[in-house]
Amino acid sequence: MDFQVVILAGGFSSNLVPLVSKEVPKALLPVANRPVLSYVLDLLESNNLKDLIVVVEGEDAALKVGGWISSACVDRLHVEVAAVAENVGTAGALRAIAHHLTAKDILIVSGDIVSDIPPGAVAATHRRHDAAVTVMLCAQPVSGPSESGGSGGKDKTKKPACDDIIGLDSLKQFLLYIAKGAEIKKDTRVKKSILCAAGKMEIRSDLMDSHIYAFKRSVLQEVLDQKPAFRSLKEDVLPYLVRTQLRSEIFSDQNNVEENGNGNGKNNMQNNEVVLSQILSNASLPSFHQVYESGLDSRKTHKCCVYIADESKYFVRLNSIQAFMDVNRDVIGDANHLSGYSFSAHHNIVHPSAELGSKTTVGPHCMLGEGSQVGDKCSVKRSVIGRHCRIGSNVKIVNSVVMDHATIGDGCSIQGSVICSNAQLQERVTLRDCQVEAGYVVCAGSEHKGEIFARK
Amino acid sequence: MGAQKKPAAARVRDDSEDLTRQRLQAIVLADSFTTQFRPITLERPKVLLPLVNIPMIDYTLAWLESAGIEEVFVFCCAHSSQVIDYLEKSEWYSRPNPNLLVRTIVSPKSTSVGDALRYIYEQQTETSQIQGDFVLVSGDTVSNMPLAGLIQEHRDRKKKDEKAIMTMVIKKDSRLGIVSDQLFIAVDPLTKQLLHYEEGTARGGDVCLDKSLLDSTVLVCNDMQDCYIDICSPEVLSLFEDNFDYQHLRRHFVNGLLVDDIMGYKIFTHEIQSSFYAARIDNLRSYDMVSKNIIQRWTYPYVPDINFSGNRPLKLGRQGIYRASDAVQSRSTNIGASTVIGYGTKIGNGGKIFNSVIGNGCSIGSNVVIQGSYIWNNVTIEDGCEIRNAIVCDGVKIRAGAVLQPGVVLSFNVVVGRNFVVPAYSKVSLLQQPTTEDSDEELEYADRSGTADLLSGVNNLQLESKASELGPDRTGYIWEVCDSAHDEEWKHSVIPIPMDKLADITRAMDDDDIEDESVVPPSGELKSDTDSINTDANDDYGYFEREVEETFLMAIIKDDVDHVIRLINSRRFAYNMASADCAGAVFYSMMRLAVNTPHNSASELYRNATTIITKWKGVLGLYLKQTDEQIEVIMKFEEMCEESAELGPLFAQIVHFLYDKDVVQEDAILRWGEEKAGADESDKVYLKQCEALIQWLKEASEEEEEEDS
Repeated sequence: MDFQVVILAGGFSSNLVPLVSKEVPKALLPVANRPVLSYVLDLLESNNLKDLIVVVEGEDAALKVGGWISSACVDRLHVEVAAVAENVGTAGALRAIAHHLTAKDILIVSGDIVSDIPPGAVAATHRRHDAAVTVMLCAQPVSGPSESGGSGGKDKTKKPACDDIIGLDSLKQFLLYIAKGAEIKKDTRVKKSILCAAGKMEIRSDLMDSHIYAFKRSVLQEVLDQKPAFRSLKEDVLPYLVRTQLRSEIFSDQNNVEENGNGNGKNNMQNNEVVLSQILSNASLPSFHQVYESGLDSRKTHKCCVYIADESKYFVRLNSIQAFMDVNRDVIGDANHLSGYSFSAHHNIVHPSAELGSKTTVGPHCMLGEGSQVGDKCSVKRSVIGRHCRIGSNVKIVNSVVMDHATIGDGCSIQGSVICSNAQLQERVTLRDCQVEAGYVVCAGSEHKGEIFARK
Repeated sequence: MGAQKKPAAARVRDDSEDLTRQRLQAIVLADSFTTQFRPITLERPKVLLPLVNIPMIDYTLAWLESAGIEEVFVFCCAHSSQVIDYLEKSEWYSRPNPNLLVRTIVSPKSTSVGDALRYIYEQQTETSQIQGDFVLVSGDTVSNMPLAGLIQEHRDRKKKDEKAIMTMVIKKDSRLGIVSDQLFIAVDPLTKQLLHYEEGTARGGDVCLDKSLLDSTVLVCNDMQDCYIDICSPEVLSLFEDNFDYQHLRRHFVNGLLVDDIMGYKIFTHEIQSSFYAARIDNLRSYDMVSKNIIQRWTYPYVPDINFSGNRPLKLGRQGIYRASDAVQSRSTNIGASTVIGYGTKIGNGGKIFNSVIGNGCSIGSNVVIQGSYIWNNVTIEDGCEIRNAIVCDGVKIRAGAVLQPGVVLSFNVVVGRNFVVPAYSKVSLLQQPTTEDSDEELEYADRSGTADLLSGVNNLQLESKASELGPDRTGYIWEVCDSAHDEEWKHSVIPIPMDKLADITRAMDDDDIEDESVVPPSGELKSDTDSINTDANDDYGYFEREVEETFLMAIIKDDVDHVIRLINSRRFAYNMASADCAGAVFYSMMRLAVNTPHNSASELYRNATTIITKWKGVLGLYLKQTDEQIEVIMKFEEMCEESAELGPLFAQIVHFLYDKDVVQEDAILRWGEEKAGADESDKVYLKQCEALIQWLKEASEEEEEEDS
């Protein structure tokens, strides 16, 4: 397949502080003791997409990610790591690496996805319709994972992390409208011309944009060049393409520019028509685009397609602390087929080298990393514990993530919290819905609820 | 059938029986309350106009009867006597044992559907005619859909949900929408509840859906047609009574219910199966379309060759030619496809007639060409006339050699002179064109703003001065139409839509889009919509400010902070203002209050201002969450000071006071200072006043920083 894959792996994402730090960029955050990026790479590999460009914000982060990639999967995949400046946005990142893009179509995948939906299917849909852009949509989690009682739980009920409002045609093939629910203040406005062409539009809020896009390279680069102010793929480029799908400026402008340059107008006009007829002839079904085009003065259209993932598929983006908790819980729980680990009879994974004290229980849906030690009379439930952690006696860990090399003193009780690597909890610390930054020391005997521990 | 004879008291007693077996009732509005069919409707009500030689109301009544409706109330308004006369003479009254009981309600004063329903409601309290759910249709509906199942569905739904008071019938559109008003409706795909209803002629632009709708999946349709067939619960009548300003059934009532979430009434839609037909005749174009559909037998069994309302059936030949058995026609006449020829009509030699309907008792001369036209009864057309896409009413005489250009409407008994050419789209009537003042006595009334415009541009022609209007031996006035409306004429006539107009429409739609694009800001694309609102809203801001001020002053008398907030918020949503605008307006009103409170000196004014600020800062604080909003307030204040000499000198003092009271933060003051630093000297008057304050704030913040580090 002539598809180039771009993974947008981000940098030190500010909404994941204190989990990310100079040492751990977002792409390397552990999900069940594996960097989140590895899930994306596995997913792509399983779809036989092996030619990858990983785009990381910031040189430092790029070095870290590059280091991990070369150690982990250099033999299996052809991965290029590109660093871009920080805070350029997704569109800016693509602009920066434009010279790397050569293939006819580009598959853009967010680097923080933990999922089992096949990106190959998006690529296939994209090709079948010869679309300008194809968007993967998946079902929005219905109940919301707030039941876990994580720190983000309350915020989440107020404004869901992702509430996309998506308009589809009656066959659910084309994307007619997209907006972010949060940005709609009072009412949403749907273009009449698109409605008239399509006849019916189904506006749904139970789908979300999965941040897996297939773009036609020429279209993408054209838009990025024409609209230097566009920063975000999702918020700028995609809505622009969707809005202008019935009077595409992309192809025409491209040709016009060339036209003027060559002084060879007619030829290019023909090219233009050829391009168009190709677009149309490749369609598997006569679509409204075609209907709209026929009989009217040569109007240009492009198609925005969707691929709707099966509802049974798992999909989470690791873009908030809540999502981090959720994805850790799910990968060793309900969605354990993603982790690639094999579970014991107790539905948990305890590394053979881990040491457990007497009367210590590790419940189902738990994970205990290599070389970790747990003292006596401890209880671990639905939690992930990293490698080489030292955990004292009488410790209770529920619904939490403890990263590598953390130290937890005797008599601690941890619920719904994240303890980053090398952090230390002294004796009898009680934490509930807290995040402890890497290397931070929490004083003995303290009791906290919903706090963030980070050095200033 | 004896049931309806029982007195009302008896009815109450067998209540349980009543619930299970309610009589099916319908209200037929025999007045469209529009002027689309003028000038014809000046002389005859629309429902009695012949549609393929049978009055429209017969189609409606025949359909209602076969659909199982037992009692129909025909609401008459304009020309009520004509309607009643017709009904009394018709089969509906004379049948010995009718399945359908037809009653009439007369209210000559009603000028809209709203008035009509209110009138029925008032009658209702005396007679209690309407006993339960009823079907509301207008007398120009042609349909063959079954209703019993639909009414049952409505009742079941009503039983489960008290608030489901109306079921609206919709139908897949035959793409008529491109010229007629476009209809955009949003329904819930599962429950079929109607969520949004928008009808409009404007091309391009956007459909606005309220955010609250988007919680679940919404289906927005443009390919649906409203059949104006509604199953209503009795609440509908009382709602009209309660909301005396509801006039139009859709524009006011439906939209009113959808917007009003206090009562929570719901409207549901029912899409009819494609095998059934339903359409309403609301203008000449739909008259043309429905006529063709009847000829093409979509409306079976309501077709010309079947007797369904006492009509004499015609004989159906090949190619959709219906011919009366006694029609006399010369062999040499060429009668083309889809043509209807009524009883007692004589057609001369030669000539060509196709795609047309010719009524009863017409006499058509030789070598006449009639194409796509509707010739009603007793029309005389002399030799060599040419008639294309015209409507010719009863008793018209067209003298030899006259030509009717496309789109002509000749009203009753008009005479067109020899060899005269009636220009395209003209409407000719024996009656003078009413000026707008006349419309009071004429109840086919203009309730559409568009048509009102049309009338206002009209000249009342004098018969004498226009003697040569229709050629020699003519009678009739040509109604004049103002130029702007003339452009729209083609939309509502029986002429097929010209190709170039079609192209125009689509192009217009396109142009709109491009205009849209130009206002789109480069980034944050999705905000474009809100921006475009704001551009419209700029003019609104003045009104908004005034209203806020009024609200504020009124509320102050009540002295209730919550009340003020509620009122201001309602203004805010009505005008779609940002919270910065609110802050500005509230502050403006506060300062105005201070200035207007009697005072003798500057210090007294300052004291007034401070007491007001202290008292109402809660309200102000609500809109001042962001630094930007606070800056807005300072700028607003600056503007005010420029206008009011009294406030000017107090600027710094009051800003300082606002700071002390935590209404504005130091950030806001400092940033305002920075923004103003680059302004013209003249703009800096107030900045200079505040220099000391800013200096002091800067120092204070520096100190704080030092402490921090």
